[in-house]
Amino acid sequence: MRRIKELIIEKSLLSSALITIAVTVGIILVLAIEAVSFFKEVSIFDFFTDTQWTPLFTDKHYGILPLLSGTLLTSFIAISVALPIGLSISIYLSEYAPKSFRKTIKPLLELLAAVPTVVYGFFALIVVTPFLQQFMPNLSGFNSLSAGIVMGIMIIPFISSLSEDALYAVPKDLREASYGMGATKFQTAFKVVVPAASSGIIVSIILAISRAIGETMIVAIAAGQQPRLTLDPTVPVETITAFIIQVSLGDVQHGSIEYKTIFAAGITLFAFTFLLNTISYQIRKKYQEKYE
Amino acid sequence: MEITMNKIADRKIDLNTISSKDGTELNQASRIEAKDVKVWYGDFMAIKGIDMTIKPNTVTAFIGPSGCGKSTFLRLFNRMNDYVEGFKMEGKIKINEDNIYKKKINVEELRKEIGMVFQKPNPFPKSIFENVAYGLKIQGITDKKFLNERVEKALRQADLWEEVKGDLKKSALALSGGQQQRLCIARTLAVKPSIILMDEPTSALDPISTAKIEELIHHLKEEYTIIIVTHNMQQASRISDYTAFFYLGELIEFDKTKKIFTNPEKKQTENYITGRFG
Repeated sequence: MRRIKELIIEKSLLSSALITIAVTVGIILVLAIEAVSFFKEVSIFDFFTDTQWTPLFTDKHYGILPLLSGTLLTSFIAISVALPIGLSISIYLSEYAPKSFRKTIKPLLELLAAVPTVVYGFFALIVVTPFLQQFMPNLSGFNSLSAGIVMGIMIIPFISSLSEDALYAVPKDLREASYGMGATKFQTAFKVVVPAASSGIIVSIILAISRAIGETMIVAIAAGQQPRLTLDPTVPVETITAFIIQVSLGDVQHGSIEYKTIFAAGITLFAFTFLLNTISYQIRKKYQEKYE
Repeated sequence: MEITMNKIADRKIDLNTISSKDGTELNQASRIEAKDVKVWYGDFMAIKGIDMTIKPNTVTAFIGPSGCGKSTFLRLFNRMNDYVEGFKMEGKIKINEDNIYKKKINVEELRKEIGMVFQKPNPFPKSIFENVAYGLKIQGITDKKFLNERVEKALRQADLWEEVKGDLKKSALALSGGQQQRLCIARTLAVKPSIILMDEPTSALDPISTAKIEELIHHLKEEYTIIIVTHNMQQASRISDYTAFFYLGELIEFDKTKKIFTNPEKKQTENYITGRFG
């Protein structure tokens, strides 16, 4: 009787793992199948080289580049904000802050990631953009700059928290060795501790980038919905994610080519985040081998 | 100027040498004097009033059972206890007549004069060369030729040069435990300190590596004042000129090593070195 009970528990645990995998495989399959049927009508070459994305207009162009540039531009701005701030926070918490302060501030910072992204989106649109317009009169109401900045604030805890874990895990011996040579705290932090934790820090940055690329609400609300191949942060752009919601919410006919565009866009996005996750997984694996 | 330790800290690195009779450059060792030193960690009194004078160019072994305060006492000399929470200290420690616990001391300058080798080999996750050059680089020295010379000399002194001269670019973590510890010694020697503190430097090593390091210590005393904490009685008797026996935060006996191991004054010392407790 007991054996049967154990067996049932084991199998049910196994099946929940299998269901998760099955769902993931299913999603990828749907993405791939729909994308393949999209690419039967639009050549892959055009998809990657055409500089216009106008599937909802009469003059249809299916070039992913404007969406991709929107995604990369907002992500780049976000990471430019989050990297210096997040890294400074992590170094401060790990190397300078008293233990009790570290224990209080870390969960508080992690709250930043818990704020619903729709709130961030409105914050960008109705607070940050008007604020920036005081200094930059040319700034459009929708722009990648404020969306990127706010997205950067959102991903700060990804960098600060994970990097801090990596820095804190650096053995105390190494710090003592450095202090013992006459190094200051600053020299010890930047010449010994940060390099020793570099793989963990890189992983945190990649995860933050991956989060920024996949972020939807903030960019959909604050960056606009105008696919445009540009590096100008002051004008409206559209990211891959924002385009996917735009189509999903609209009245595009199921099965039409316009409908299939979201799968082509989706699989491009997936390819990016999958690549980043794989890289960070590989780095983490190497890093664990080194320190355990 | 912030640096007030005129005798030991203001010496520029190149002046940190004197010439011996045969013309080779010799490093100048320092003298240490502790006066009525008391240490607390929070409410716990770890050192209960110790006086001690350590002569230059000697090897002094600190022995005693775990928790007797010998490591704490050792770490007072380069102010390594400063980072321990609840640390409080009374009394004076003078190095070449300068009190290193006076308010205006520059701790970083002090530590350049007083090298430390730790219990577990702790090379930085950098190349062999970068490890040895670290202390010089943080002092702002960038002259390639000077760095190369210093690194080679330090590695030779630490008896590691022949084993690693082919690949100084290799990661220090790829070396064996014994090699890593000699690398840590070389790293310390590269900045030419006047005192070297060793906190159980061989306790994590095999007998052959241990023998190499002991031989090294024997040579190094020509140029340095060496203090070594050890749990190994034979090691203390083999390598040291003076031995200090600590027990429960007190210095029970401090004398020539020969005297301590053959004819100790105190019963407690005798009991400890003959293995009756500890």
